[in-house]
Amino acid sequence: MSVRVYVPRDASARSLGADEVAAAIAAGAAASGRPLELVRNGSRGMVWLEPLVEVVTPTGRIGYGPVAAQDVPGLLAAGLLDGGDHPLRVGPVAEIPYFARQQRLTFARVGAIDPLDLAAYEAEGGLVGLRNALALSPAAIVQAVTDAGLRGRGGAAFPTGIKWKTVLATEAPQKYVVCNADEGDSGTFSDRMLMEGDPFVLLEGMIIAGLATGATQGYIYLRSEYPDAAAVLQAAIERARAGGVLGPDVLGSGRAFELELRLGAGSYVCGEETALLESLEGKRGQVRYRPPVPAVAGLFGRPTALNNVVTLASVPIILARGAEFYRDFGLGRSRGTLAFQLAGNLARGGLVELAFGVTLRELLYDYGGGSASGRPLRAVQVGGPLGAYVPASDFDLPLDYEAFAAKGAIVGHGGIVAFDDTVDMAAMARYAFEFCAIESCGKCTPCRIGATRGVEVVDRLIARDRPALQLAVLRDLCDTMEHASLCALGGMTPYPVKSALQHFPGDFGLQTADDGAPRSS
Amino acid sequence: MSTAPQIPEADDAPLSAAMQQAVDDAIAAHQGRPGALLPMLHAVLAALGHVPLAAVPRIAAALDLSRAEVLGVLSFYHDFRTQPPGRTVVKLCRAEACKAVGADALAEHACRRLGVALQQTRADGAVTLEPVYCLGNCACGPAITIDGRMHGRVSPARFDALLERVAPKDPQP
Repeated sequence: MSVRVYVPRDASARSLGADEVAAAIAAGAAASGRPLELVRNGSRGMVWLEPLVEVVTPTGRIGYGPVAAQDVPGLLAAGLLDGGDHPLRVGPVAEIPYFARQQRLTFARVGAIDPLDLAAYEAEGGLVGLRNALALSPAAIVQAVTDAGLRGRGGAAFPTGIKWKTVLATEAPQKYVVCNADEGDSGTFSDRMLMEGDPFVLLEGMIIAGLATGATQGYIYLRSEYPDAAAVLQAAIERARAGGVLGPDVLGSGRAFELELRLGAGSYVCGEETALLESLEGKRGQVRYRPPVPAVAGLFGRPTALNNVVTLASVPIILARGAEFYRDFGLGRSRGTLAFQLAGNLARGGLVELAFGVTLRELLYDYGGGSASGRPLRAVQVGGPLGAYVPASDFDLPLDYEAFAAKGAIVGHGGIVAFDDTVDMAAMARYAFEFCAIESCGKCTPCRIGATRGVEVVDRLIARDRPALQLAVLRDLCDTMEHASLCALGGMTPYPVKSALQHFPGDFGLQTADDGAPRSS
Repeated sequence: MSTAPQIPEADDAPLSAAMQQAVDDAIAAHQGRPGALLPMLHAVLAALGHVPLAAVPRIAAALDLSRAEVLGVLSFYHDFRTQPPGRTVVKLCRAEACKAVGADALAEHACRRLGVALQQTRADGAVTLEPVYCLGNCACGPAITIDGRMHGRVSPARFDALLERVAPKDPQP
């Protein structure tokens, strides 16, 4: 009987040599005459263990990691294919505390199955939500998503049910579902891991969104920096079509839903929903004035349900298990789970899906294992390049949309980038403006001009050129950008800048963030 | 706004027959689709490695757009280079998560080792070095791509090993 071995095809695992490991295992097994079934799965999210090889044994899936191609002969000699002992053996994967303590709802299948095996998807609970949705009225589907308390996971946290209700209520000859897969925030990779590891759940969520809103055509707008995700999604769309899940007759219901994958072209601002729509229409990715919101007049001027990857991928389990099941996770107005992404200078970086309410400290230390460098953690940026820097004194803050907002910070898409004590926070503040200047769409003046002026002001501040004056200009500039920009790029670039200044004035050569007095030392 | 290189005059490099064929294929493959311009430009990029400016009038005519509209889109997006790149294209992630683990030092090392500045193609045409803002490999940075293939945890030593074939014979000190 052949032995089944999993080697991830996830882009992170591949960037650490997974393809070479897979080839070495296949070659080694062939040389020994042992029949092998090699499955290229998604990543379990324990990136520090990648490439993580899993072998199916009578006692479960036994993991080995991180494996390099040159380790493979030794592993095979030690009995890898039977779960044999070896220094790289990490035991049953499901029992690794990092993994076992998570609450995997949206990412339940990611890493567990062959991402393109529709039968395996169905065997592991896939398509249940869609079948249930096909038996419901559009209004009932919208109600279930509303009752679940699902909010947009892309960062803005807008209630998904309200968005869908607007699309449903707007009459039009054609409506669209658009998936925002332009995951450009540094420190975030949950969309990528989901698309590479369980693409069918995204497709299922989009079809349910179509049923709920009356949309029959969907688009996935994927950033071009994710070629692996593009290949998996394209193959998944074709298989779903061949399997009758997509197309003119979804699961024999007589209802139609078609889906097309489109690629971005390296523009960060196209993650902003109206810039994304412009880009999908074949134009420059410039932000639109609102109103009208996309739910009323979106793609090609039609009502459009535009949601992030993880938002849409969280819908099937809500329809499968019920709104109450999902709502019972989380706290306050932050219901359900979020796939936190532990990034930057951490010993155990990866993806951790947990209910809202977990603290930064738990994520950084219990899961992340502290810094990779062994030095103290000094600051973390939560929610991407537009998120505030959080100092160590605030690490006990619970991850909850409202708790973070009260501190002038954001949870955003759940990306957490950790920095050790070698970080220069003035340089990071400067970079925030620099990035905004590079990626600004140019439509509104506060962002287009303000970002460049911001770089200059920070440079003068760092050079100790009349610091009190620069501070006044910087505050005025941040105020203008925050309140007068058209979208979050200009409007939130001040978040990292102001938080860096507030918590780390010494890095700017200042005693405090308030008066411009030079640092005494 | 895009920091793409300056766009030279549109009429200074006519399309070769092969290039014209690639552009016409891209037009034929996507004409009639809603929002066809980006897929069309991507198809030309995939076929030729860049989008020659001389392709702009053909594409504009096919989509009933002005040349200015097509040029506007072409120059907006970082991906759409209008000049052929070097034989090897190296992209370095410059975003926060990679900065937290040494991306700035790696970028300095890369420029020195390859003898080329960021956003430049080396004079011998062997290599183009470009910044990129997040590859989604944030738990194992610094991340780079070499001709589209991503590599994680790239230390300066690993960088040198991966790019030995394109390093100049006499690296700058």
